[in-house]
Amino acid sequence: MADTIDQKQNFIKGIVKENPVFVMLLGMCPTLGVTSSAFNGLGMGIATLFVLLMSNIVVSLVKSQIPSKVRIPAFIIIIASFVTVVEMMLEAFIPFLYEQLGIFIPLIVVNCLILGRAEAFASKRNLISSVIDALGMGLGFVLALTVLGATREMLGSGSIFEIKFVPEDANTFILFILPPGAFIALAYLTVIFNKVSIKT
Amino acid sequence: MDYILILIAAVFVNNIVLSQFLGICPFLGVSNKVSTSIGMSGAVLFVMTIATMATYLLYQYILVPMGLDYLRTITFILVIAALVQMVEIILKRVSPPLYQALGVFLPLITTNCAVLGVAILALGLENGSLLKSVFFAVANSIGFALALIVFASIREQLELANIPEKMKGVPINLLVAGLLSLAFLGFTGLV
Amino acid sequence: MRKKKSTFINMMVSLLVITLISGIALGFVHDLTIGPIAKAKLERKINALKLVLPKFDNNPVEELKLVRSEQAKDSIEIYPAFFKSEFAGVAIVGSTEKGFSGLIKVMVGFDPNGKIINIVVLDQKETPGLGTKIKDVKFIQHYINKNPSSFNLKVTKDGGEVDALTGATISSRAFSEAVQVAYDAYIKNIDSIKKSEN
Repeated sequence: MADTIDQKQNFIKGIVKENPVFVMLLGMCPTLGVTSSAFNGLGMGIATLFVLLMSNIVVSLVKSQIPSKVRIPAFIIIIASFVTVVEMMLEAFIPFLYEQLGIFIPLIVVNCLILGRAEAFASKRNLISSVIDALGMGLGFVLALTVLGATREMLGSGSIFEIKFVPEDANTFILFILPPGAFIALAYLTVIFNKVSIKT
Repeated sequence: MDYILILIAAVFVNNIVLSQFLGICPFLGVSNKVSTSIGMSGAVLFVMTIATMATYLLYQYILVPMGLDYLRTITFILVIAALVQMVEIILKRVSPPLYQALGVFLPLITTNCAVLGVAILALGLENGSLLKSVFFAVANSIGFALALIVFASIREQLELANIPEKMKGVPINLLVAGLLSLAFLGFTGLV
Repeated sequence: MRKKKSTFINMMVSLLVITLISGIALGFVHDLTIGPIAKAKLERKINALKLVLPKFDNNPVEELKLVRSEQAKDSIEIYPAFFKSEFAGVAIVGSTEKGFSGLIKVMVGFDPNGKIINIVVLDQKETPGLGTKIKDVKFIQHYINKNPSSFNLKVTKDGGEVDALTGATISSRAFSEAVQVAYDAYIKNIDSIKKSEN
């Protein structure tokens, strides 16, 4: 069955109009929890993008085989499996990131973004559309987290991706790497995002 | 003695929402009225406690002895999802009024990162035991309730305030949450 | 779009199949990664040993001694280092659960006089950007070349001589405690360590 949706729109919506973080408020826990540095935000974003992509693919492929009543448990098993794969791969090959992201890696499984897309999109659309949807939404998520992470890191540690641009003993806005700073930074970034997205 | 420390830490110092960032979705989504916040907190208390008990036993007596601790994430979330379904069914039959009060929130709790998060955190407790883990869960749900209810009371007042157009909705809520988190930061060093 | 009917058999079968496939896939990935995970952990340990100990020519990992302690949940790991059959130093792993987010594990290198050579953080889950700064050279500097017999390891807030990290008092305190645990084990076992030449 061919989908008649515009794939370009399908992709772009995830970045601006339906940005998971700024517009749909999905996946807030990792958004606030691991963005104290740009690298962490980027890493978490990519890990989530991977799970989102894989789960959208699998759900889209097997959707006709899953009876409607058990679809949520089925989605959960599929998503949780990919999350576990990510957990193990990170611990084996990128232990630094594994340590940094900590408990938020297994929490990818309850990221409402992934279950939400599986339920609302992948279970109803063909493979190509689901892949593009995942890529768009995932990219929107990655961008949001990386920007938030970079903002907090710049204000809070005077560096970006670990490259310091202030002198060693400079007084930085430590608040921004602390929990309150996450809320405050996201608040103002949302305002800026809203301003910018209205223009586009 | 340990227990008092756990309680103070979970409710104030390491508040599950305001400093550990777990449970943000319901925190932002359900907190527009104090009454719904109380309902949600009750449901969370119920599910979090039972879930932590179940997952702790599952982990200690099945997963670890069989060397399957990498299946932790997937089994925990399935246990939580199943539990939520069961709780809904049992509640409907045993106490319809309670079901009326909490019922709406139960499905939302499956994807509440706080429940899965606490279940996993409970595994790392010093000298852990079933009793300690359950107490940890109860303490954290009290912390969740505190954050949620305080936030909701502020939001109810916020409705009447004069907020700049661009800040309305999500931004101002996040800002308030930030200030609340800042206030709780003052508890650091208490334990 | 034809979906399978939600009969009991269909539901059970489809869930069973999915679970089976995911179980097999996960088991496969687990087998794939268990080697690299263990290797990464071992490499981290060897690198840590190299950082905290002076030159040695024995194999501390193989000569690991485990001692029980009331302070730590697991046994305390002691890695003796010898150079040309002479006792060169010892690396001891101290830990505490009192970190902001729980476990903090440090490897402390002591020279034959009990002076701290260097410290490496092996395990911690502290707040990124804050508590994680206990890994930074800037913080560990406070402890290097100090002998805990005369240097109070506690943070200044508790009457000690270490400046806690800004905004990470609990992490700093826990770090000091872990170092103290290591030193206590050093004092308790130093005689038997010096004697165990291989």
